[in-house]
Amino acid sequence: MLFKVINAFKTVIKGLSLTLRHFFAAKESRTIRPINDPEYFSQNTGTTTIQYPHAKLPVPDVGRYQLDVEMDDCIVCDLCAKICPVDCIEIESIKATEAIGKTSDGTTKRLYAAKFDIDMAKCMYCGLCTVVCPTECIVMTDTYDRSMTDLNQMIYKFSDMSPEEAEEKKVALDKLNAERLAAKQAAAQQSLPKQL
Amino acid sequence: MSFFLTYVLVATALFAFTAVFTLFALYSERKISAFIQDRLGPMEVGKYGSLQAFADILKMLQKEFIIPTAADKILFILAPTVIFVSVYLGFAALPWAPGLIPASLNLGIFYIFAILSVETLGILMAGWGSNNKYALLGSMRSVAQMVSYEIPAGIAIISVVMISQSLNLQEISIKQGILSPDTMKFLGLWDVKSIGGFLSWNIFQAPHLIIAYLIYFIASLAECNRAPFDIPEAESELVAGFHIEYSGLRFAFVFLAEYSMMFLVGMIGVVMFLGGWNSPLPNIGSVKLATLTTGLGWGIFWVLMKTLTVVAVQIWIRWTLPRLRVDQLMSLCWKVLTPLAFLCMLISGIWQLTVMQN
Repeated sequence: MLFKVINAFKTVIKGLSLTLRHFFAAKESRTIRPINDPEYFSQNTGTTTIQYPHAKLPVPDVGRYQLDVEMDDCIVCDLCAKICPVDCIEIESIKATEAIGKTSDGTTKRLYAAKFDIDMAKCMYCGLCTVVCPTECIVMTDTYDRSMTDLNQMIYKFSDMSPEEAEEKKVALDKLNAERLAAKQAAAQQSLPKQL
Repeated sequence: MSFFLTYVLVATALFAFTAVFTLFALYSERKISAFIQDRLGPMEVGKYGSLQAFADILKMLQKEFIIPTAADKILFILAPTVIFVSVYLGFAALPWAPGLIPASLNLGIFYIFAILSVETLGILMAGWGSNNKYALLGSMRSVAQMVSYEIPAGIAIISVVMISQSLNLQEISIKQGILSPDTMKFLGLWDVKSIGGFLSWNIFQAPHLIIAYLIYFIASLAECNRAPFDIPEAESELVAGFHIEYSGLRFAFVFLAEYSMMFLVGMIGVVMFLGGWNSPLPNIGSVKLATLTTGLGWGIFWVLMKTLTVVAVQIWIRWTLPRLRVDQLMSLCWKVLTPLAFLCMLISGIWQLTVMQN
């Protein structure tokens, strides 16, 4: 019993001296360093708190946070929407009547993106969409602290088409399709009597 | 008529003091805990978060009083008042400076211990009245703990009373400094009547009182339900213990009582063992430091400094030590502290008869 009491006192004093050391070390705070700094792990004393909105931990330029889409390079292949585990990407495509142009890596664009929405509230930051993208137009950026007052604002709209433009393209496509159908039917009717 | 006015004024001053102290202790506890854990603590409200406690209390004042449907309404509403008033009444008999004591009772320390026991009742009322299993468990633990720990604390106090030969806290204070009418001997050997200072404190007049003070200090931690004896409020097991159902001002009162209790038990310890309002500086030859630093203002200063140091140690211990289990708590009380306290009492008797009577 006596040994136990003495041991208790010894351990209590040990613990108290440890916390007292930390208490007095709190006079200064650790400097904010990025993780790739060689000195990152060598600061062992001082307060660690980073007062977030006033000070931030440096993030690498190639940070893997919120998604961004370079619409000029997008061929609207829908692969990102298909691979997304949480279905946060929503794409609506309209076939162009002719080739629209080329992406920066030389792929021909044949589809308009009437809608390219990414719901950042659903996104789980897995980065699969950036892997499957054939033209590397969808990338992760170093922004991570966009907070919104409305949940709908978390849906980022990347499409550069206005609804009117989209409607116009749709009408053009329908017209083209109707023309093609008419042509096909005409061709069919021309060929039919021959067979009969 | 002015008689009653003085009473009301003194009571108001004491209440204001407990309120201000609670705000101060709240802030310092958050800061100390933060520094111990390498954090910064509150930083946003005011310079270095200094107005955080005011913001907290302002928030609490605006909150709704929620009474659970199944609660025993009378007990539930009364409990915070009973808890706070019992602690608050204890302040009445504490001496602040030579000649400055709200009520100079002959039974001072006995009265304080009696009135503090009422707090147990308030906690039981809160636990039972809430009709919540966690609250009831917390209050049962609290009662078991407080009743058990009053024994070693009380006996440690008695060993001081045997040395001082008085229950009056003012008289106990006087007998530990240069204002003492009797002779005082440092460690029972060296007459320090004209020297005073820390040499004439009770723990140095009779060195076994150092152990008695340790016993009292540990027991007082248990009595104010502070860590490492905070099983009545064990956050990880009982959510918040007996005050789980309280909100708003009622919760604030429970909080106020808890922090006032810290100050009260700290101050009792200071008065009984650490010289009360007596200066720690001794007279050295012709440099009359003790005489110079004894007086009304100095008395308040010293007693506040000593008590705040004790409170700081309580906070420091809270953020260092892990919580004791119920059985460990009881075995510590009954198997270690109580026998040791009895031993101290025995030594006190022998000391009084052999050393002090000569």
